[in-house]
Amino acid sequence: MTYRFSVRLLLAMFAIALMSIVTASGQAPKKAAAPAAKTSVPKTPWGDPDLQGVWNDATSTPLQRPGTVGAKDVLTDEEAEEFQQQLAFDLSRDRRDGGAATDVNRAYNEHWMDSRRLKITADRRTSLIVDPPDGRMPPLVPLSPEREKARVARGAANARFNAGLPDHYLDMSLPVRCIIRTDLVPYLPTIYNNDFQIVQSPGYVVIAPEMTHSARVIPLDGRPHLNKNLKQWLGDSRGHWEGNTLVVETTNFRADDGGVFQNANPETFHITERFSRVDAKTINYEFRIEDEKTWTKPWTAVIPWTKIDPEEQMYEYACHEDNYDIVHFLSGARAREKRGETK
Amino acid sequence: MRKNFRVSITVIVVAVAIATFSLAVISITGQQRAPAAQASPSTAYRPKRMADGHPDLNGIWQAMVTANWDLQDHDAQAGPHPEIMGAYGAGPAGQSIVEGGEIPYQAWALQKKKQNFEKRAMVDVSNDKKWHEIGDPEIKCYMPGVPRITYMPFPFQIVQGSGSAILMAYEFASATRIVRMNYKQEAPTPSWMGWSRGRWEGDTLVVDVSGFREETWFDRAGDFHSDELHVIERYTAMSPYHLMYEATIEDPKVYTRPWKISFPLYRRMEKNIQLLEFKCVPFTEEMLYSRFNKKAGN
Repeated sequence: MTYRFSVRLLLAMFAIALMSIVTASGQAPKKAAAPAAKTSVPKTPWGDPDLQGVWNDATSTPLQRPGTVGAKDVLTDEEAEEFQQQLAFDLSRDRRDGGAATDVNRAYNEHWMDSRRLKITADRRTSLIVDPPDGRMPPLVPLSPEREKARVARGAANARFNAGLPDHYLDMSLPVRCIIRTDLVPYLPTIYNNDFQIVQSPGYVVIAPEMTHSARVIPLDGRPHLNKNLKQWLGDSRGHWEGNTLVVETTNFRADDGGVFQNANPETFHITERFSRVDAKTINYEFRIEDEKTWTKPWTAVIPWTKIDPEEQMYEYACHEDNYDIVHFLSGARAREKRGETK
Repeated sequence: MRKNFRVSITVIVVAVAIATFSLAVISITGQQRAPAAQASPSTAYRPKRMADGHPDLNGIWQAMVTANWDLQDHDAQAGPHPEIMGAYGAGPAGQSIVEGGEIPYQAWALQKKKQNFEKRAMVDVSNDKKWHEIGDPEIKCYMPGVPRITYMPFPFQIVQGSGSAILMAYEFASATRIVRMNYKQEAPTPSWMGWSRGRWEGDTLVVDVSGFREETWFDRAGDFHSDELHVIERYTAMSPYHLMYEATIEDPKVYTRPWKISFPLYRRMEKNIQLLEFKCVPFTEEMLYSRFNKKAGN
């Protein structure tokens, strides 16, 4: 689909090569002094819990519980194996049962699939959502006429795009336009590039998502949020520690189409994220979303973040710089119109 | 309306190019000095230190130079669209931040720089091959590379803690750099912001940056480099309120010798200062893509 992804493959190959070199050289990068108890969370020299490193949130466990598992929230080992296989099968894998166009598309995607994206969470949950207990987003409240209109318009734009006939660059979603990708909270796993690098300094935690390169600087000094008049694509974050947990509140989202998660209402959308170090290799990432103008009640999800090998690195993800997609989609649509392929 | 607009852009760009060409001719006859031996700026200042004993460079910093318009001496100048932008598009005058005043281009490269300048406000994404050929990457909101990101007229934040990386977060285009400290591995692949590896030399943070994409420019004057660009940056605290920034720039494909720039970075002192978003992609889409939209009546 785009050339930029081929860079990713090279990087993946390089990373694999790198790891082999390290292994071959016989170095033992493991630190001797592993924490004896899980409760001893490492601390920075200035006393904050230390969350630093590169973390990966890939999993196949879906945000919402699929109907196929009924009401089960946690599976047995045996059920989990079957669940994982089915999810992996459904995740646009290389197959030969969808017709030529679909099969080629899936085979292409297979190329980029992060293998970590094919595994369910270690606790064998059937959904990332833990509350409500049915593992699904609560029902929507009736939307205002303006929002309903915007939702219908967005649906029509998506339909044009999916049919390969976008009218306008604004018919593309924000990720296709390289404005925001997995850097919009809440952070959710996707097909590739699920890395997040955390760097801390006194008074700050900074989270740099791989896609795309926008470091989220979170002040911890108790300062107020930006004035309500200032809006940002990724909002405005403030953090504080509750014990060893980093708690982050984010507000001031833009009202642009797709500028808030699931097109929630930017004025009332309220997200609280909690980052807790569970052990040397795991952060528990929990987020709670509340928006009385969008969902009938608040909901909460938990995603494990796993520390990647210290020799693995997070690389630059450039998106807009080589975004041939938009030109190709639009000029392809114009060419199809010329040939009369408008439906 | 848009067609007329394009035509007038061309006229103005040509006019500005002629003016600049004359300036460039004057400047290449000027004297060139070899860069001084590499040494950190002398300072009696003893910076605040981190737990590891290294100077604390944390903060939000910003350059006050006008090098983003031109690294070398430049007069105040009209922007590329004065017929609609008036004084809004104009650039300030500024003194060269290049040691010795001039960038030591090879002859062919000086010609290329002039061509870059002439086409700095033009874009053509109609075919993949020509995608990066013309136009200042800044006008397209591409990541500006190093050192340009440091003298963009936007703040950036140094995040220095106890880990193996120092992070630099930039307001412009939400660009980010991870400076890997004492890291041996070479760049795995070219990137826009380059591959940054840091070390301390005394109280100076030295960052070796390589593995660049060749497409970035240094300024709106068309100053450029190749994929062999190698930048060595030096950050030295001079007071609680300013750092000295130096960068040595090597590229044997483009210059006759390494050259050096330097300027101070000032701490942003406003209460509750923070980086804000400058996600400029949406500001470029009309320019880049509108010609591919469905036209009324099509």
